[in-house]
Amino acid sequence: MSEMVLMKGNEAMSEAAIKCGCRYYFGYPITPQNEIAEYMAARMPQAGGFSLQAESEIAAINMVLGASAAGARVFTSSSSPGISLKTEGISYIAGSDLPCVIANVQRGGPGLGGIQPAQSDYHQATKAMGHGDMRLIVLAPNSVQEIAEHTVLAFDLADLYRTPVMILTDGALGQMMEPVDFGKLKINKPPEKTWAAAGHSDKRPPNIINSLYLDPKDLEAAVLERYKNKYNIIDEKEVRYEEFDTEDADIVIVSYGIVSRIAKVAVNMLKDKGVKAGYFRPVTLSPFPSGRLGEIAETAKRFLVSELNMGQMTDDVRLAAGCKKPVDFFGRTGGIITTPEEIYNAAAKVLEE
Amino acid sequence: MVVFDRPKSLTDREFHYCSGCMHGVVHRLVAEVLDELEIRGKTVGIAPVGCSVFAYNYFNCDMIQSPHGRAPAVATGVKRVHPENAVFTYQGDGDLAAIGTAETVHAAARGENITVIFINNAIYGMTGGQMAPTTMPGQVTSTSPYGRKAEIQGLPIRVCEMLSTLDGVAYAERVSADCVKNIRAAKKAIKKAFEYQIAKKGFTIVEVLSNCPTNWGKSPVESLEWMRTNLMPYYPIGVYKDIELNKKPEVENNA
Repeated sequence: MSEMVLMKGNEAMSEAAIKCGCRYYFGYPITPQNEIAEYMAARMPQAGGFSLQAESEIAAINMVLGASAAGARVFTSSSSPGISLKTEGISYIAGSDLPCVIANVQRGGPGLGGIQPAQSDYHQATKAMGHGDMRLIVLAPNSVQEIAEHTVLAFDLADLYRTPVMILTDGALGQMMEPVDFGKLKINKPPEKTWAAAGHSDKRPPNIINSLYLDPKDLEAAVLERYKNKYNIIDEKEVRYEEFDTEDADIVIVSYGIVSRIAKVAVNMLKDKGVKAGYFRPVTLSPFPSGRLGEIAETAKRFLVSELNMGQMTDDVRLAAGCKKPVDFFGRTGGIITTPEEIYNAAAKVLEE
Repeated sequence: MVVFDRPKSLTDREFHYCSGCMHGVVHRLVAEVLDELEIRGKTVGIAPVGCSVFAYNYFNCDMIQSPHGRAPAVATGVKRVHPENAVFTYQGDGDLAAIGTAETVHAAARGENITVIFINNAIYGMTGGQMAPTTMPGQVTSTSPYGRKAEIQGLPIRVCEMLSTLDGVAYAERVSADCVKNIRAAKKAIKKAFEYQIAKKGFTIVEVLSNCPTNWGKSPVESLEWMRTNLMPYYPIGVYKDIELNKKPEVENNA
């Protein structure tokens, strides 16, 4: 049944979290994600859940750690500077094999930066979301509908792999309103969490949630195990992307999130001019669709990466393309959203070379 | 007839603590209280970063190891998911009063219904004897080699006094592990804190003055004497807050 409503991306994310059984939210105010904390403060009590404004992003992520360790589906959100504060807790959550969902509604940086949309936390999200040998699953939706769907997916993946999952949006996706159909969401029941620390009732040995291994042999074994049974399987099974007309393309434009919608217009503008242009969009930024991009590099002539940053994904595309084909970059940063014309012009320029 | 046995709330694991360190004694007091209140099966303990990080190996209840200083936030997460569980943190002075000050103060201000066992021995033990927020004026540590100076490092924080000003705190008592009499009083305080938590009265904290023979460079016996002559005068033992004893008038609701 259709449950179509008009909503901001931030609100759709919040409602989707509640719809898939998340009953705990811990956050801290920061623009442009405040609608999430506000929505949760209003809706969680109605849904029999609990929402708390913590004293800091650091406290919020550690409340998430506690709630997750206690077996709950739990959610937190922030924007770039606040995500930096959460990195400590995220590393502990990853090191303790706990599931949770974290949204980063990105704004410009570094430092206090600005409050307008950006994608300049790509490196942080995909490479450095905390200290140590660890990763997250990173989803990059590009519409309000997909934000809702990815939120459900994020909770399912988090529980399946016992890993933190990040939904990476930006100030534009978070703030813009679009129709969203919650009837389309596929809700799965979370798995039973026999590992949770919620009191053993004298029926089992104590469960210990821990990330400390003082003996290097033990720590190495734990990390190897996590790569083998988690990250490698995620790489194999959870890569998601979208593409069209990439085979034999003169140029493939690679972009994600809000920019992928702008890039789609640019690709069609190029086509109108007779250019064989293709479109590729990583839907999971981690795991990155390197395998498919490598295949495309066999037949496509070149790539143009476009992002709202200084080209942070470019290296990943170059590695995926195996240096077989040139990879150029065009982007805007600091909170400025690129236009289809700018991407078109950048593509036209490299094609002239 | 067994007159003295290991509490059920402690595992069989041998403590790794140094000779003369009082962590083992305080662990035992907490375990005895969990046994006596018959709450081991519904208790979740939060271990800090510091010497007592391995508390998760010693307490025979579900345990979570927290990032440094964040134990009260982790405990908040657990308690809000399972309000009927007993949730306690076990934290040292660096963990609770330096890096975790915000988490401590705000958990107390919210009246989080948890019990904090706070070990104050005026030094960082695990990392090798660095200055703590509770290090005494003039006390030599590896990072205050000329003695703690007020004009450089400021003066020590008195945690119970500070937290007792917050309305969310139901119970705050400072005890000492320097002698048998005070250790028995410490157990009473710990038991009361858990009883208040079970009765949902609010945030409870028991600050236990303790020792660190290794990093103080003293024998176990000397370390207890040093506690009595240096720590106890600066950090007086006693009840700083007990909402059952000093009830404030209810705030009138004019809504």
